[in-house]
Amino acid sequence: MNSTTIYSILRFVLLVLLQGLVLNNVNFLGYINPYPYILFIALFPINNNRTLFIFLSFLLGLSVDFFTDSGGIHAAACVTIAYIRPPILKFSFGTIYDNQTIKFNQIEVGSRMVYFSIIVTIHHLILFSLEVFNISDIILILKKTLFSSIFTIILCTLLSILFSPKRK
Amino acid sequence: MQQIINFVIRNKTFLLFLLLFGLSLFFTIQSHSYHKSKFINSANFFTGGIYKTTHGIGQYLNLKEENQALIEENRKLRTIVFNLDLDTLRVSKIDSTLLGDHFRFTDADVFKNSYTLTNNYLTINKGKKDSIQQDFGVITSKGIVGIVENTSKNYATVLSILSKKISVNAQLKKTNNIGSLVWDGKSSQFVQLTDISKFAPVAVGDTIMTGGQSAIFPKGILIGKVEDFSLDIGGDTYTINVRLFNDMTNIGHVYIIENLNAKEIKTLQNQSNE
Repeated sequence: MNSTTIYSILRFVLLVLLQGLVLNNVNFLGYINPYPYILFIALFPINNNRTLFIFLSFLLGLSVDFFTDSGGIHAAACVTIAYIRPPILKFSFGTIYDNQTIKFNQIEVGSRMVYFSIIVTIHHLILFSLEVFNISDIILILKKTLFSSIFTIILCTLLSILFSPKRK
Repeated sequence: MQQIINFVIRNKTFLLFLLLFGLSLFFTIQSHSYHKSKFINSANFFTGGIYKTTHGIGQYLNLKEENQALIEENRKLRTIVFNLDLDTLRVSKIDSTLLGDHFRFTDADVFKNSYTLTNNYLTINKGKKDSIQQDFGVITSKGIVGIVENTSKNYATVLSILSKKISVNAQLKKTNNIGSLVWDGKSSQFVQLTDISKFAPVAVGDTIMTGGQSAIFPKGILIGKVEDFSLDIGGDTYTINVRLFNDMTNIGHVYIIENLNAKEIKTLQNQSNE
């Protein structure tokens, strides 16, 4: 077991606990909750095999589902963003990604925020569509997606800056 | 055959994605119908245990409010007891058949409560071990909370009335016009009472309570009061906006009601339906 694996496991457990115990109770303005646990998916090492990655994302989503009694909505959203992560990486980082030498803490904040924004928006859109599960409430879905996304993106960026090793 | 295997190996990521996505969709759809969300719920050993630990930490912070609620409830109960016509001095022994032993109450602590989702759940610290089962009603001293949906050995999840999955039989307190209580998913303070006949004398401020028609709640559990009401499109029934007596965002202690006659009532209803 190298340090990357240990870091990933720690990150998995800590993010699920943080989400389940703290951030599900934020309820800012009555209904806005951030879901920064998807940082695990966003920051997962790229060179690893994708099958394991998708499976881990499923487990991550399912663990959050256990905490929120929500069926499989988090699992579905997580699996989807895990599957479509490569095109998003390519879009937000361009040539660096092609060289396969990407290190998330070496990327500047601007393009990191673009990357987080795309992933978070897709995740939240799937999440709230499945949660509300009613096409006639599309305004509610979009409203929830918009406000929660903003909250999550800010938290994700802050967390990733806070916990990244010193750049030098 | 070789080609099929090759196809599977080449597309294994996509196939795995499809499989897992399908599985989570299956869980989601199951969770959207009452009685079917068996697999994914927080009444298991693991999440229940974690919620128990954190509840132990947070419990002391709202002891003051809990005490206030208990005193208030005691006051209400005392008012009822001292105004009863029953002369306790002259009744030598209390006959249980006289009192009507239909309901059994169990108290429980709420570990986890949500109120912002479309289907909200509470997790409580009583389970199969305390003979809690599905379809038991859950109330607080102020009013209705929800219905037990899943149980494990030590914990149970309660489907809150803030959910689109259930409707509860309810009625106006002053007349017997019944309707069903549903939630539109918008605010945690309001639920909607539908199917009240337009001939019912509804007024703003009227009290709404549970009707006696369900086998889950006894008649007369308070729900809320009328905030506003309107005729629905058909023009035959009122849809009433009910402001809940309970603050659903702040629930610490609940009572679980078991209707001891539920089985008998259900069997009878099934027989009549056939």
